[in-house]
Amino acid sequence: MRNVLLTTAAFVTQTAASATSATEPLSPTSIFAPVSTPADGIFQLSLFVLAITTAIFVIVVGLMAYAVVRFRRRTDDGVEPTPVFGSYQVELAWTIVPVLIVVALFLATARVIASMQHPPKPPDALDVVVIGHQYWWEYRYPALGVVTANELHVPVSDPAHPRPTFLTLLSADTDHSFWVPRLAGKTDLIANHPNSMWIDPHETGVYLGQCAQYCGTQHAKMLLRVYVDSREDFDRWIEGQRRPAQVVGAVAHGRHVFESTACVNCHAVGGTAAQGRFGPDLTHFMSRDTIASGAAPNTKENLRLWLRDPDALKPGSRMPAMNLSETDVNAVADYLESLR
Amino acid sequence: MMTTAAMTGSDTDTAWVLPSRGRVAMFGLIAAESAIFTIFVVAYLFYVGKSLTGPLPGQVLHPPIFLSICLLSSSLTIHFALTALRSFRLSAFVAWWAATIALGAIFMGGTVREWHHLIYDEGLTIRTNLFGTTYYSLVGLHAFHVTAGLVGLSIVLLLALGRHVSQAHTERLDVLSLYWHFVDTVWVVVFTVVYVIGR
Amino acid sequence: MTTASITWEVSDVAPRSLVERLHEWVTTVDHKRLGVLYIVYALVFLLIGGIEATIMRIQLVAPHNDFVSPQVFNRMFTMHGTTMIFFVAMPLVFGFANYLVPLMIGARDMAFPRLNAFSFWLSAFSGLLLYFSFLGGSGLYGAGDAPDVGWFAYAPLTAQTFSPGHSTDYWTLSLLVSGFGSIGTAINILTTILCMRCPGMTLGRMPLFAWLNLTMAGLVILAVSPLSAAQIMLLVDRYLGGHFFDTQAGGSAVLWMHFFWVFGHPEVYVLVIPAFAAVSEIIPVFSRKPIFGYPVMVAATVSIGFIAMSVWAHHMFTVGMSSAGNTFFVLSTMAIAVPTGIKIFNWLATMWGGKIQFATPMLFCIGFLFQFLIAGLTGIMLSVAPFDWQLGNSYFVVAHFHYVIVGAILFALFGGFYYWFPKFSGRMYRERLGKLHFWLFVIGFHLTFDCMHVPGLLGMPRRIYTYEPGRGWDTWNLLVTIGVVFQGLGTFVFLGNLVWSYFKGDTAGSDPWDAWTLEWSTDSPPPAYNFALLPAVKSRRPLWDLKHPEDPDWKYEQ
Repeated sequence: MRNVLLTTAAFVTQTAASATSATEPLSPTSIFAPVSTPADGIFQLSLFVLAITTAIFVIVVGLMAYAVVRFRRRTDDGVEPTPVFGSYQVELAWTIVPVLIVVALFLATARVIASMQHPPKPPDALDVVVIGHQYWWEYRYPALGVVTANELHVPVSDPAHPRPTFLTLLSADTDHSFWVPRLAGKTDLIANHPNSMWIDPHETGVYLGQCAQYCGTQHAKMLLRVYVDSREDFDRWIEGQRRPAQVVGAVAHGRHVFESTACVNCHAVGGTAAQGRFGPDLTHFMSRDTIASGAAPNTKENLRLWLRDPDALKPGSRMPAMNLSETDVNAVADYLESLR
Repeated sequence: MMTTAAMTGSDTDTAWVLPSRGRVAMFGLIAAESAIFTIFVVAYLFYVGKSLTGPLPGQVLHPPIFLSICLLSSSLTIHFALTALRSFRLSAFVAWWAATIALGAIFMGGTVREWHHLIYDEGLTIRTNLFGTTYYSLVGLHAFHVTAGLVGLSIVLLLALGRHVSQAHTERLDVLSLYWHFVDTVWVVVFTVVYVIGR
Repeated sequence: MTTASITWEVSDVAPRSLVERLHEWVTTVDHKRLGVLYIVYALVFLLIGGIEATIMRIQLVAPHNDFVSPQVFNRMFTMHGTTMIFFVAMPLVFGFANYLVPLMIGARDMAFPRLNAFSFWLSAFSGLLLYFSFLGGSGLYGAGDAPDVGWFAYAPLTAQTFSPGHSTDYWTLSLLVSGFGSIGTAINILTTILCMRCPGMTLGRMPLFAWLNLTMAGLVILAVSPLSAAQIMLLVDRYLGGHFFDTQAGGSAVLWMHFFWVFGHPEVYVLVIPAFAAVSEIIPVFSRKPIFGYPVMVAATVSIGFIAMSVWAHHMFTVGMSSAGNTFFVLSTMAIAVPTGIKIFNWLATMWGGKIQFATPMLFCIGFLFQFLIAGLTGIMLSVAPFDWQLGNSYFVVAHFHYVIVGAILFALFGGFYYWFPKFSGRMYRERLGKLHFWLFVIGFHLTFDCMHVPGLLGMPRRIYTYEPGRGWDTWNLLVTIGVVFQGLGTFVFLGNLVWSYFKGDTAGSDPWDAWTLEWSTDSPPPAYNFALLPAVKSRRPLWDLKHPEDPDWKYEQ
């Protein structure tokens, strides 16, 4: 019986979820398509919970439906039914059974909490510091000397030799929450209150999510993209991120505009005069698929639109319109496009 | 149909006695106020030792023993006042009642002095650090309740001096005294938290 | 000699002018009039809150929609939540309690009629204060600026740095004032029930409605006060330079969350327990059986009240509490499911073996039972902390709590409206319109709130003014929005029925439902003094004893 229920529940949830590959269009953010141990642990527990709640639902609704049909008034003879004031035996029965169910659910839950909040940490686990900002994500790899933004790269983790990624979560301003459903449950980023979480995705691909704690006007477009790379791809990416910014002579004018306008108050480009930390690090801007934390694809048109009028893409974001001339917009865009 | 039903209430051979409304309402108010104070106390305790800058409690706080004795004695004096009123001794009632107000006023005066010293001599304001914020909020909330109590007590004193208060009012003034006892009890808690635990 | 009753001919009394009648309403201290004022106030705000919801649903009907800007949308969800909880649900609950509690316990009025009026006008003013923010939130010459920090206003978003201007202050002050009004009413209800029951009406004989409102009053006293405290702290931070929630000075944003949810969770019980109260009166009458297990229902209610004070941090499972902390709150939250389940079974047992009449009040109560069960089950899912790490702050949670507030509470209150409308107005509502309201609302409710669970399961967080296509959320959001149409239609049918029936409905008489509690022993509407003569109270169903003197309850009750 339990197997039937579990299978049914699993079938129902899988039809609402995407398949295991992230490229399936049905839903890349389904909580029922885990690719990482935390998400998977939750998924297994959820099947147990769903089985119990479904059983309760079927039984109680069945009784309700029966009562409503069987005990409807059929004749208007004014005869009142026999009053029944109560029964302590019945009350005891439907107290004890729920208590037992609660005990079972509680024990199952406590076990999962313990295993998820106290995970083993292998020596080659990757450490990443995530700092939430209004409305973008800062990523630092302290052991590897990398600072980047908005697109997180982690190595794939082979279940036989796990290489999990441990995330330390901080906030520079309001509360945020890191939620990539296929990788793990969400954990909040709260100023002055460091949190930590871990993931060990066992399939490469891009996993989507977004900020899940209302943080201000553009909470909706503080999107998450997690790139789970093969070992080689990850190492290559790290190498690329560690290099200082590329210097391309042809975009010198753009770089000059960038460095002499207020851009440098907020943005940093490694190895140059730009060392602002309020906004995303742009050293390897072109290594990202999207701009404005996922708000738009990283294309020539979008970049120029963003520079000209950020509110067109993400109204209420912290990026001001810089009121540059059209020439300067193109120059700066060319400069940014040189930052590979 | 229903209005012609007889009122029998035959169950009432034993007297139907319910609690006094004033007392129950005052206990309800005290419960609500206790919940408010609890939150401020929790915040105070949570932030003990967490201020990023000084001044710190150990440096600037001196337990106000004398003031506390005054305030807690006022619970006694108000009790004596009501005992007197209950036995028709009106002038004794006025004397004890006035003593209660005087003791409460001394407490408030002392608090003002303490705050003046903290602000101007020690540089501790509500915005200085976590200690300043929680201290002035908690002690200030209590002082506000003392003041409100003193206003109530003073109105009764004025009425008593105008000979409008008699033994028949004992019950009501007893309810008011409950509030005063509550304020004093809160001070015991605040004193312990601020001047004993937090220092 | 005929029974001494003095009858006034209507023509004996000069008609009162409009000004005089308004003056009576504004200066009334009569619990029945104040009850009506609370309820009418709530219905007005129900429409306003509904408009705010509709605006949001239109914006979310498709991805990347631009019906409203993010700034407006964020104000909509803040105002919708705040309005519905504080200016619709609470006034409805207080309104019904005010009108019915004194009548059910055989009292002349509430314990403190003037405090009653004062509390109402405080609460009424606070609603207007909140809405004034649309005009005055950015100062006298600024554009409208209602609060946009969400109804739970997490720090540090509410700090001056992140919420400059006054919009947040309107939220804070309005709820502070409303809170004082609520505490005043709660003290009144508590005192009335404990001190003003008529002779023979022991605590063990008073209607469950009274017991449940007593519990609600206790919860208000203990739970609204922490919110007031937290709001005072927020004002200290915003205006006196305090650091209660100032993370830069070592303060804690999590502390606000604890304080808010110590209020916020019992608050939902403040709202749902009176819904239980209505259901506990209606189901017995329309099943023609006394409530099953009265003592157990009382015990279950009181334990719910106690346990409710210990579950709050299940709203904070994602905040980073220790595993011990998380585990404790899982346990307390699951524990509260036990007495709640007991109540559901007791209502079912009341219907069992009865002769159920499907009048409109009963239809809404059956809807309540079905939907409250589902809401409770999704609540159990959310109580499993790891499951909540996925589901929390998503549309699954939004669906869950709307299932409770609309599917359970509003349905029960609709049932209460239809059940007691004859008593309040002296007229019967139109039954067919009542049933039409029910079916329209059931269809709309389920279309909206059943479908709303799915985007949550597929990763859609709450409080987002738009969303990305390609995540599987689009169709579900479309269906959710369509459901709004049916609910809106149902609400208009309801209001139209009330208004029309008030003027043109059939005369109801004092006891149209053949019910058993004291309010049905007096006229409809009751005279200002409530009772000319009180029936003897020797059991929990005094009117049953009167109507069935050969078989009175007091022979059987334990």
